[in-house]
Amino acid sequence: MKMGRKELRYAFPKTVPVMVGYLFLGAAYGILMQVNGFGLGWTAASSALIYAGSLQYLEVTLLAAMVHPLYAFFMGLMLNARHLFYGLSMLGKMKEIRHGKPYLIFGLTDETFSVLCSEETPGDLDRNAVYLWITFLDHLYWFAGSMAGCLLGSAVEFDSRGLDFALTALFVVIFTDQWKSRKDHRPALTGVAASALCVMAFGADLFLVPAMALILAVLTLGYRKEAQEKKEEQAYE
Amino acid sequence: MNELSVTRGVLIVAMLVLATAITRFLPFLLFPAGKKVPRYVEYLGRTLPYATIGLLVVYCLKDIRPLEPPYGIPQLLAAAVTAALHWKTGNSLLSIGAGTLLYMVLVQAVFV
Repeated sequence: MKMGRKELRYAFPKTVPVMVGYLFLGAAYGILMQVNGFGLGWTAASSALIYAGSLQYLEVTLLAAMVHPLYAFFMGLMLNARHLFYGLSMLGKMKEIRHGKPYLIFGLTDETFSVLCSEETPGDLDRNAVYLWITFLDHLYWFAGSMAGCLLGSAVEFDSRGLDFALTALFVVIFTDQWKSRKDHRPALTGVAASALCVMAFGADLFLVPAMALILAVLTLGYRKEAQEKKEEQAYE
Repeated sequence: MNELSVTRGVLIVAMLVLATAITRFLPFLLFPAGKKVPRYVEYLGRTLPYATIGLLVVYCLKDIRPLEPPYGIPQLLAAAVTAALHWKTGNSLLSIGAGTLLYMVLVQAVFV
């Protein structure tokens, strides 16, 4: 397969919104890494290999606290669990992909997912190549943004106290987006309530695992109820 | 940074690489083309991502001490402004930028 120029010309405009976001958010991440003592090497490796925006913001906190690697592993699984479901909804679209499929799956970030999800490639273009270009360009923006942030962070002296709030703000923004896009707020409320309860019961350092368990338990109860109701409906009919 | 913390840092990054790769590849390994996705998994796909973000918001605010000054006011105020701004504009960069800047001003100049 050729990564044709025609496909690049078609793919690039689709990625411009992601470019703006990734350059800025990547730069903020690079600055955070730099001011916490993790320079170019750490940032480059993370942006190239982890390549997950919100997890990399969390990474700064995990590295600064030098947490146990297994703790980092579970945080990573938890925060990225949503990717499982991106994958599920891309199964159909990815079926006919012949080339570079592992890279497409590796690079399936929130933003790339949202671009690919709504992508309808015209018949005269190679869809496989368009997907690869979109994924590669997004990856490049994130990498370039975080490198620029790293350099900026070491070049400019400033009081960075409070900059780590960017992570909180990011999650608040995602939470708000999700709240607006859904009618059923029970899952979101379950997440907040179960976690707050566990912080109070187990303390800030130990709340995470019990909170995950409680959330899964409450959601599973909801599933049972939903399945029960469906059964009753069918029986009624 | 000493040698020990470099090793630990590398391990942390490696674990994050692994965790991310697992979550991205697993669905394609478990459900190759055509295989039916169980209903329970589908249900979790509709609900778990929302609950997770709720958990993460709490995770970020977990170190607030409500009984000691500044009583978590900087965090809660900045979070509220971020949410309100985002509710109105839907512009992620603006909301994150303004919220973070507000928080920096609050902890550096107001609640010192």
